[in-house]
Amino acid sequence: MAKVFEPTIKAMEFINIGKRVPKLDAWDKVQGKTMYIHDVKLPRMLHGKILWSKYPHARIVSIDTSKAEQLPGVRAVITGYNTPEIRCGFIKDNPVLKKDKVRQYRDEVAAVAADTLEIAEKAVKLIDVAYEELPAVFDPEEAMQEGAPLIHEDKGSNVLKLPWKMICGDVEEGRKQADYIVEETFRLPFVTHCCLGTSGCVAQFDAKGNLTVYSPTQIRFLAHKDFQEAMKALGLKDKTVKVIQTAIGGGFGSKLDTYPFEFITIMLAYYSGRAVKLVYTREEEFFASPGRQPVRAKISQGCTREGKLTFRDIEMILDNGAYTSWGATTPSVMMMPISSLYQVPNIRYVAKCVHTNNIYSTAMRGYGNPQATFAIESQIDTLAEKAGFDPWQFRMINRNRPGEVTPQKFEITSCGMKECLEAVKEKLQWDEKRGKSNGRGVGIASLIHVGGGARIYKSDGCGTILKLDDFGKASLLSSASDMGQGSDTILAMIVAEELGLNVEDVTVIMKDTDLEIWDAGAHASRSTFVAGNSALYAARKAKEEILEFAATMLKEPKENLYLRDRKVFSCNNPEATMDIDKLLRAAHFRTNGRQIVVSEFYDPPTVMLDREMKGNFSAAYTYGVHGVEVEVDQETGQIKILKYIIAMDVGRALNPMAVEGQLEGGGAMGLGYSLMEELHLEKGKLLNGNFLDYKILTFPDMPNIDSVIVETIDEKGPFGAKGIGEPPLVGSAPAIANAVWDAVGVRIRSLPITPEKIVAALEEKQRSNS
Amino acid sequence: MDERVMAMKISFNLNGEDVSINIDDHITLLEMLRDSFELYGAKEGCGYGECGSCTVIVDDMAINSCLMLAVSVNGRTVVTVEGLAGPRGELDPLQQAFVDRGAVQCGFCTPGMIMSAKALLKEKSNPGEEEIRKGMAGNLCRCTGYSKIVEAIKCASEGGCSCGKGF
Repeated sequence: MAKVFEPTIKAMEFINIGKRVPKLDAWDKVQGKTMYIHDVKLPRMLHGKILWSKYPHARIVSIDTSKAEQLPGVRAVITGYNTPEIRCGFIKDNPVLKKDKVRQYRDEVAAVAADTLEIAEKAVKLIDVAYEELPAVFDPEEAMQEGAPLIHEDKGSNVLKLPWKMICGDVEEGRKQADYIVEETFRLPFVTHCCLGTSGCVAQFDAKGNLTVYSPTQIRFLAHKDFQEAMKALGLKDKTVKVIQTAIGGGFGSKLDTYPFEFITIMLAYYSGRAVKLVYTREEEFFASPGRQPVRAKISQGCTREGKLTFRDIEMILDNGAYTSWGATTPSVMMMPISSLYQVPNIRYVAKCVHTNNIYSTAMRGYGNPQATFAIESQIDTLAEKAGFDPWQFRMINRNRPGEVTPQKFEITSCGMKECLEAVKEKLQWDEKRGKSNGRGVGIASLIHVGGGARIYKSDGCGTILKLDDFGKASLLSSASDMGQGSDTILAMIVAEELGLNVEDVTVIMKDTDLEIWDAGAHASRSTFVAGNSALYAARKAKEEILEFAATMLKEPKENLYLRDRKVFSCNNPEATMDIDKLLRAAHFRTNGRQIVVSEFYDPPTVMLDREMKGNFSAAYTYGVHGVEVEVDQETGQIKILKYIIAMDVGRALNPMAVEGQLEGGGAMGLGYSLMEELHLEKGKLLNGNFLDYKILTFPDMPNIDSVIVETIDEKGPFGAKGIGEPPLVGSAPAIANAVWDAVGVRIRSLPITPEKIVAALEEKQRSNS
Repeated sequence: MDERVMAMKISFNLNGEDVSINIDDHITLLEMLRDSFELYGAKEGCGYGECGSCTVIVDDMAINSCLMLAVSVNGRTVVTVEGLAGPRGELDPLQQAFVDRGAVQCGFCTPGMIMSAKALLKEKSNPGEEEIRKGMAGNLCRCTGYSKIVEAIKCASEGGCSCGKGF
């Protein structure tokens, strides 16, 4: 029998995974060396400016650009009348330059490219547009009425032809089985991303007519496709497009679509023959960068005397605004909590997206989930109370379990909902603090989100190219996008772990559609899971090749070899070892030798939702629970957050510091959504489009978040990890609403939960009591 | 362009170096730093002094460079984020703490945050959490939820980052 040597280093102990590794690009970022779109400067680059609509709904009678054209320094003036038509949005209902009529204040009527931004600004003011105002509609319910002004005449109706409907089981039967039923209506406001870096892009054609677009997009390959299609309209269909992703100054879903300004910049570059840069001002960012869709939700749920949920019935109306972007598809994600947050056998969900003359919205972190979960989780408390249950206990009874298949046919692998509920209960001191009605209260809310990608396109894949050089350094060309969440670091950690390298040995490149394989974009909290698996499997392929060669060099069986500390080791023979760089050079510099370059395209094992909107569209699901303690001033209605706990089942925390970053940042965005954020529109016009009037949380407003990381080691995730980018904001609002109820006994059913609403509700309560 | 625009010659100390420049009187300090000196660290996040992304230090005071006219730094000392690290990229302890404590995500607000924090620590070497939060109230961040930035500032104020999580 061969003698087994105790390996000097345990191969199974993680070196990088699970460590608090700083973000790879933080060194550049703290020195101001990172290039954002605002910092891109090309030779002879012009500056673009858009002329926006003056009315929410009007016919364009004429556009006179002659004065603008004559201004010295102006190089191109474009309108819908002197350019080919390009339409954007997934149902292509948004012409990038408006012709015949405008449908919202953020409509693009004309654009200018000039030598300087000042000249461009001056030139757009010289464009004369004659409008003829049309009757407008700003309320989705009014827009649904017979005879309401049509936003798009060709569609024949303001209601979008998107069949958002899901039926599971039999809701009527569920109603019959219920001993207790609650029915309520909730309203969710229009809010926006407030990325600190405003939107923008730079477009440039080369001498052959090929296009390069510099963009902080979250979807460089889908943008590539959109821009390539636009080239057809310009008569350039045989030319190529390259998208170079600059550093992203915040994404949160705002850069998940392509928008008119990008196509306008491309056209300005084409017609001027120069590079053109167009960057939004903050004011433009507020009114012309889309936000989260406002929702009205009518919801009823019921349960038995034993506290088991029997049905959930939801009808929603979404204000789609004038055009269609991803916001109109958020009901597909709302279906997830509606069908699969707790075990509910009978479900009915119908949603209508309705055109109005309001500014349109798109994807925003959580993608519909915060709206749906606010309604569901607020009502769970009410229902629990009506049925005589402690709301925590009620959630435990109905909680999701590992291994279950939900009514929407989601196959739940790992599920740490129980652990999250228990952690929050303990940290919040639930039993001691709840039910005092003394101005202090505690509230909780659970959540589910996709954690293993989301097959909303036929491919949910992500590509990786991994190259090892002669010095034991790796170049990782990943198709993922880093918006600051730290995918760059996670991917480097995964590759380093697998190849026995240090994290700093891995250079992560993710920026150029010419160099990288396709990817569906940074959405659905998918980067860690999908790009992570892609990088992991690429690293495994590279490892196979390295070990195969090492086996011949060290004359050891391949199975006995492993990589660690930039060396190859044998489990059986401590003498048999070699430095990785030496090994790689030996593999390269020989007859028929080569450098190791591998590629991987990982597409998770999922299906698209079927006609009934069912199917396992994510490879894993993330669970979490928010818990808050509040103090409510009954005179002023001010809410003070005393404690904020977010427990998340993340599968495995590959980099706990990055996980905390998502929990704290998501929690902050969730608190803003809960307490203070709302875009106020009056007849379609944004009234508070600046940081003075649209408040986001500042340092003093923000409590410390107590992050609880629950690890369930998902069977399909890279090293067991699941995605957690979006979910940390999903549970904030219902947890706070539930805590306010516990504190002062008023139920606020609309966001934000402002002091005014609390005071009004307290007065109402007092009136009805007396 | 506009005949009322006047160019002025100003001299000031920029990141430790005496510099002179002819600058139009309507140009902001932020525009001058970015366009004339190619110092891109300070960012325009709003252009009206609400977000703090453009913060630089003028004579030990953190100011929004988007609100200050360039000509008004004549004879004064200006420090931008580019002026903090050593010649071979040795990070200032505050920068190192931001790296090590995960205080950076998208990074757009980071240079402004660091300059505000730098001025804050100059004024008060060992601020408490509440003082940090109050002192930093003019800088917005949408990614981090602020806690890790507070930790980083605290960490730097306590004589550098002993947590040593960097490479």
